[in-house]
Amino acid sequence: MYELYMAATLVEKIFSRRCGHPVRAGDVIMAPVDCAMIHDITGPLAVQKFREMGGKRVFDPEKIVLLFDHQIPADSLPAAENHVFMRRFAVEQDIHNLDIKEGICHQVVMERGRAAPGEIVVGADSHTCMYGAAGAFSTGIGSTDMGFVLKFGALYFRVPTTIRLEIDGTFGPRVGPKDLILAIAGKIGADGANYQALEFTGGTIETMEMAGRMTCCNMAVEMGAKVGIVPPDGITWEYLRARRPVNPFSLSSDRDAAFTSVHRFDAERLSPKVAVPHNVDQVVDVEKVEGTPIDQVFIGSCTNGRFEDLREAAEVLGNRSFHDSVRVLVIPASRLEYLKALRAGLIEQFVAAGALVEAPCCGPCMGGAFGLLAPGEVSLSTSNRNFRGRQGSAESQVYLCSPATAAASAIRGEITDPREV
Amino acid sequence: MRTWKFGDNIDTDAIIPGRYLVIYDPQTLASHAFEGTRNEFASEVRKGDIIVAGRNFGCGSSREHAPLALSGAGVRFIVARSFARIFYRNAINVGLLPVVCNDADRIPDGSPLSVNPKEGYIESGGIRYPIEPVPAFLQEIVDAGGLVEYARSLPEVKTCTGSQ
Repeated sequence: MYELYMAATLVEKIFSRRCGHPVRAGDVIMAPVDCAMIHDITGPLAVQKFREMGGKRVFDPEKIVLLFDHQIPADSLPAAENHVFMRRFAVEQDIHNLDIKEGICHQVVMERGRAAPGEIVVGADSHTCMYGAAGAFSTGIGSTDMGFVLKFGALYFRVPTTIRLEIDGTFGPRVGPKDLILAIAGKIGADGANYQALEFTGGTIETMEMAGRMTCCNMAVEMGAKVGIVPPDGITWEYLRARRPVNPFSLSSDRDAAFTSVHRFDAERLSPKVAVPHNVDQVVDVEKVEGTPIDQVFIGSCTNGRFEDLREAAEVLGNRSFHDSVRVLVIPASRLEYLKALRAGLIEQFVAAGALVEAPCCGPCMGGAFGLLAPGEVSLSTSNRNFRGRQGSAESQVYLCSPATAAASAIRGEITDPREV
Repeated sequence: MRTWKFGDNIDTDAIIPGRYLVIYDPQTLASHAFEGTRNEFASEVRKGDIIVAGRNFGCGSSREHAPLALSGAGVRFIVARSFARIFYRNAINVGLLPVVCNDADRIPDGSPLSVNPKEGYIESGGIRYPIEPVPAFLQEIVDAGGLVEYARSLPEVKTCTGSQ
């Protein structure tokens, strides 16, 4: 491993290791890409740009994850045509196409072990910042940048500075990772981490399962961050060992590395949080919005569609039913998460309570497939964005919360503190 | 030519709603730009108009449909106090110039504005406001007219090179 003689951040170490010489925050570097993810929405434009750049063969078909998750099964003729376009590209380039079968891109990259400590991963989707939960530097890029990656297997990066988050303490009852990341977004602000890395450390993170770490890293982009990253530890390596050959090594920021700022959070003192319309950093304690009537509840997405999230919602639900006035959509993040929930009896529990359980995909968070909101309607959602019009009409409203708060509110038909049901 | 003034945190869902992401043609995308949030934009925007905004313009989704919709509408410059990272890169890649100006808030809606990136200022109502230069590595892409044109001229890339 390359030796660094000055204190360095985790992200600086990743770029330095990968390049074989010391790289510091602020440096601009053409770095090799270990994995590139494309999907049905941003993929067609990336392929078009790849060809306009004179691309004939992709840099390495083995390093490309290709799947469809935003508009599946094809919900319109243009979507169907985009799928066919991408299928032909996959055949032409010998890329293994996961098609519509596996689930949301970010969950699939993680569960297939396609991002690992020290690697540099890009995806043509902003929530690619999530794979920092596996100790990778991973970031979302646009389609033209992806066209460049498909051709050259590399991309220009400005190595980001790092904001360090130190989180300690045990969560109270029915408070968890989503409440934490909403609290962090509320404090850092929608552009408070712009161009930077957000590093999650402290006792709360060290004992957190991978699912919770993914929830936290997923929402780093909501503060403008390039990546949300957790220093790899035993939990990371154990997760990866089940998915690919691993050779664990240590990788973390030096104590005296130059962080832009350090923020401390006490998990014990957190109460359930809700982001109110129309910005992710408009975060309040659930008590402030209790009683707000809701029309639709969405439990799913790359942020909160894993088995652990569905289990959290099911525990709140028990053997009760969802309120008559609320439409409840439950969408597991992937086929494998769906199977886990199915085998644990959670799917039956949701269906019996009155939910619609849909096949793994982005669902209403895509804002164009299904589950759209009419003018005046209100959604409570475990996803990551509550921008105006995100889930349909610009005259609708989206509130964001944890799976526990979503389940409790779906039972009552209004925003509800999950500790009260 | 006029300016279109926007506030802080204009997200890419506002620039082009998710239901239009099956479209890739800039002109068609332009006909839906800011649909639902500023409905008059698509019908009244003219070639050469300039968008002026506050902080964090283009936050959210990485959809390149957003800068494409604006370039399809004839916009060449977006002046803002700051840009979200992915949008900034996407804009440059498709030949749209994001201009960082700390005084963007002082430029009134509808006013004429001249943008002089080479000289490093914008001018409105007889007042010149300084703008930040584009980072050197991106200036090469700007000069080429976008990343496609830049990439076409590259036979290959040498990794792990760059500037410090």
